[in-house]
Amino acid sequence: MLMIHCPHCEETLPELEFAYAGEAHIDRPVKPSDLSDEEWRDFLFIRSNPRGQHFERWRHVHGCARFFNAVRDTVSDQFLTTYKSGLPRPTEDELKELAR
Amino acid sequence: MSTYRVSGKGRVNPSKTVSFTFDGKSYQGLEGDTVASALLANGTHLMGRSFKYHRPRGVVTAGSEEPNALIGTTRPGSDGARFEPNGRATMQEIYEGLVVDSQNKWPSLSFDVGAINDHLYMLFSAGFYYKTFMWPKSFWDKVYEPVIRAAAGLGVSPSKPDPDIYASRYLHCDVLIVGAGPAGIAAALQAAKSGAQVVLVDEQSELGGSLLSEDSVQIDGLSASDWLKNQLDALAGMDNVRLMTRTTAIGYYHQNMVALAQKLTDHLSNIPANSPRERMWRVRAKQVVLAQGAIERPLVFDGNDRPGVLMSGAAQTYLNRFGVLVGKNPAVLTSHDSAWYAAFDMADAGAKVTAIVDTRTSVRSDLMDAAQERGIRMFLGHTATATSGRLRVKSVRIAKLEAGVASGAAQSLDCDALLMCGGWTPSLHLFSHTKGSLSWDEENRVFLPKDTNEDCQIAGACRGLWGVEGVLQDGAKAGMQAAQALGQSTDLSGYSVDADRTGSGVTHQELPTNGNPGKAKAFIDFQNDVTAKDIRLAVREGMLSIEHVKRYTTNGMATDQGKLSNMNGLEIAANAVGKEVPQVGLTTFRPPYTPTTFGAFAGYHKDGLFEATRKTPIDSWAEENGAVYEPVSQWRRAWYFPKAGEDMHQAVARECAETRKSLGMFDASTLGKIEVTGPDAVEFMNRMYTNPWTKLAPGRCRYGLMLGEDGYIMDDGVIGRMSEDNFHVTTTTGGAARVLNMMEDYLQTEWPDLKVWLTSTTEQWATIALNGPNARKVLEPFVEGQDMSDEAFPHMSVADCTVAGFPARLFRLSFTGELGFEINVPARHGRALWEALYEAGKAYDVCPYGTETMHVLRAEKGYIIVGQDTDGTVTPHDAGISWAIAKKKPDFVGMRSLQRPDLVASGRKHLIGLKTKDPKTVLEEGAQIVNDPNQPLPMKMVGHVTSSYWSPVLDRSIAMALVEGGHDRMGETVYIPMPEGVLEAEICSYVFYDPAGERLKL
Repeated sequence: MLMIHCPHCEETLPELEFAYAGEAHIDRPVKPSDLSDEEWRDFLFIRSNPRGQHFERWRHVHGCARFFNAVRDTVSDQFLTTYKSGLPRPTEDELKELAR
Repeated sequence: MSTYRVSGKGRVNPSKTVSFTFDGKSYQGLEGDTVASALLANGTHLMGRSFKYHRPRGVVTAGSEEPNALIGTTRPGSDGARFEPNGRATMQEIYEGLVVDSQNKWPSLSFDVGAINDHLYMLFSAGFYYKTFMWPKSFWDKVYEPVIRAAAGLGVSPSKPDPDIYASRYLHCDVLIVGAGPAGIAAALQAAKSGAQVVLVDEQSELGGSLLSEDSVQIDGLSASDWLKNQLDALAGMDNVRLMTRTTAIGYYHQNMVALAQKLTDHLSNIPANSPRERMWRVRAKQVVLAQGAIERPLVFDGNDRPGVLMSGAAQTYLNRFGVLVGKNPAVLTSHDSAWYAAFDMADAGAKVTAIVDTRTSVRSDLMDAAQERGIRMFLGHTATATSGRLRVKSVRIAKLEAGVASGAAQSLDCDALLMCGGWTPSLHLFSHTKGSLSWDEENRVFLPKDTNEDCQIAGACRGLWGVEGVLQDGAKAGMQAAQALGQSTDLSGYSVDADRTGSGVTHQELPTNGNPGKAKAFIDFQNDVTAKDIRLAVREGMLSIEHVKRYTTNGMATDQGKLSNMNGLEIAANAVGKEVPQVGLTTFRPPYTPTTFGAFAGYHKDGLFEATRKTPIDSWAEENGAVYEPVSQWRRAWYFPKAGEDMHQAVARECAETRKSLGMFDASTLGKIEVTGPDAVEFMNRMYTNPWTKLAPGRCRYGLMLGEDGYIMDDGVIGRMSEDNFHVTTTTGGAARVLNMMEDYLQTEWPDLKVWLTSTTEQWATIALNGPNARKVLEPFVEGQDMSDEAFPHMSVADCTVAGFPARLFRLSFTGELGFEINVPARHGRALWEALYEAGKAYDVCPYGTETMHVLRAEKGYIIVGQDTDGTVTPHDAGISWAIAKKKPDFVGMRSLQRPDLVASGRKHLIGLKTKDPKTVLEEGAQIVNDPNQPLPMKMVGHVTSSYWSPVLDRSIAMALVEGGHDRMGETVYIPMPEGVLEAEICSYVFYDPAGERLKL
């Protein structure tokens, strides 16, 4: 069972308290009606599914109930970092530092 | 004293005999014996029959890796309820009265009819599942599978409910050490000295590991057993150390969580009251030290599975730990030094060792001298080519090796046991659970641990070390590294060891033979009856990946998970493929390390504690009044209220009729409820729901429809506007949590600028629905603060008022098609209000009804139930409720998707009504629909029935269904093929009753 750091509670807690919520940094278009079918398809369904560092969303559903973002390595299942929704992605340099 | 017991040897208690039965016959063992050691002490090797060929099999090991000696055990006096199949005789300790039965034999262990399979082995070769029994197809279900299942297989399932208690606990510690052999003990001593909280676990009944089987070694001037006792006493005396026996680390999970299955009572003749049988520990350790040791590897040769052929290390354990000679005239067959010591221990304990046969041409001179001293014959550079003996080995046939080829005249050595050793395999199971990488040690032909991401040390024989001194030092080092990683330092303890038994050896594929290789039954996997030939056949038939070889041959797939067989199978597969072992790769080790009972996994989560049961505030009234319940998500809901002598059909028909005639009462408290408040509440509602909300006046309510972003119906419910900035949202019973999660998601992450607050109020309100032409008459006298006339409080109104003296949110709405009200009061008043309304309702023959009647009444009106009439692929248009979509809103969740090409395409399935040609026939929900019942199989299915009921008011059956192009097919006939014949039905509107809604206008 993973231990996950909630950036709102600032506590590291068991996975049981959290729910996965899909890939992060996919913004809902401001005017969806302006999008072509292909663009809308990509927004709805196309995900990066990387082998390695994955930017993803979690919700501390049985705690503060807030959504937040995380970078998890899909090979080792290790969390590199978690951060509040709305903050920018960690840079590659920051992630390299965290991966050590 | 039995003839194979050696007095003065072993750790069993010679003054305490224990009686147990094996296959109905009574046996005596000593306190401390396992079933295997007690049977061996009585001269019994035959303990089971093999899985496929029903070959007689004896015990091979002395540990949890045992593949052959699988037993069923029954606790006396439990009337068979405390029966467990597939236990291992090597792990089950005996206690007074224990009932043991061998498995997979008929009629008896010594004469088994199924052994005919052994002569039909050509039918059962690799992949036989996929080949032999494929034709004719019709035979598979009725003939082959039942026969194979009866003939093959292991123990039978218990037939009674398990009466035992299973516990579960969490534990947090600094250092968890898995395996209490010399490495584990040294690690524990070292880590404990630093002050760390240490947990040391071992699957055996005693701590000590290999030291329990190696008393001749001297550590720090003491015999192994004295040293062990001193160290264990020292550890037991430390407050920061917890020692656990009979505790198997079954799995190593993320971030140093290790699951431990602890057996608490399986060795006791009297179980303390209320004692759990097992306890599952979830340990979160800051550091883990793996000291799992090594497992001896069998040699692969014709007849290596005969009872009496066993691992040399096991023989040593039976002698030194249990005081049992596995034979009086044993022979030894080895490619490793360790078996020589087993021979010496046996000889020193009085056995006449026939010979040591070693495949190597040169062996250390001190070993040869020691053999010479004991008068043991030696055959170096020899191979074994066969064994003889029906139920017990009688002799082994050996031949000289010339340049690796069996040549020269064979000779036969008489023996009553054959001790084999093909080297040692480091036990990397838990290390592999961490996804740790392995490296291949070409010289010793073993995999060794390399890297892991976990905070984990690995020490001793499981990383390929051999000899007590090296292992002790390595364990101490691992303990120190664990302490250092925790920021604590200690001085590294040193150990001096005399008479250490170091050794080395070589490994083999099948041993070279000059017999007929086509007829050799040289087993690799004893439990699944996989031979070397099977592996080579699998490779010839194109299985080049070790994962394919494993599945095709079933090598390593039995309950022992290949602890003995994996490396031999891999060596042979690699040779057959013509690649190096690391290129062929190792199959994946997965938890659990040893078979674990379902009880241990389930823990407390059974019976009443299996899952939470949610009950409404009115549930107790329903129970007192004879309700039959059904589960709806986690709720238990009153299904119907039968009167004396009524069946479900009669009760539901009565409830429906009385509600439409006069008055029905329904507990709707399980409806999901969400309070949406804040200055931007109306904007939020506009974005979340398809409907327009801006113009909905406070005091009015509206049916709300929610889509997923993909455009499919996600949830619905009536939503009341309580004030400008406050909505009372209701959701489906099962969808409440999902809807709130989706709302929170959009609010927190897409529109954090909206000033809205969401609160789940599902359990804060009790909700009572009153339906029927007399509903207002009953309710009106209770209401204060709201004019109840149709003019002042029309259909789809909501008001804050007082009902029966309780503060209430009163809705006028209908899910039945009758005049209807839903009264929400704080949950604590729910039952009082229910009783007050029920009393007053008696004047109108009030009828409490349950969910089934609710379903019938709503279906008669064509009100859909999300999740029953929709399935996550249904759009508002498909469901015929496009009217619920606002025409002028710029955006809402799912709006853009309604223009997706697939969602506007023709031929989609539409929700329609069905009337069966025979009005008495009620269709089955889920039944498939076809256009032409005479088309050839497989028929094209064009839809399915989603809801189907008997409608008392219409005196006929009604149904709703999703059918391709259904909206355009009104009046057409479709067909529903059922086992008893094809049914006919006509497509119609799904509003069956009062389509104009006249009954709402009272």
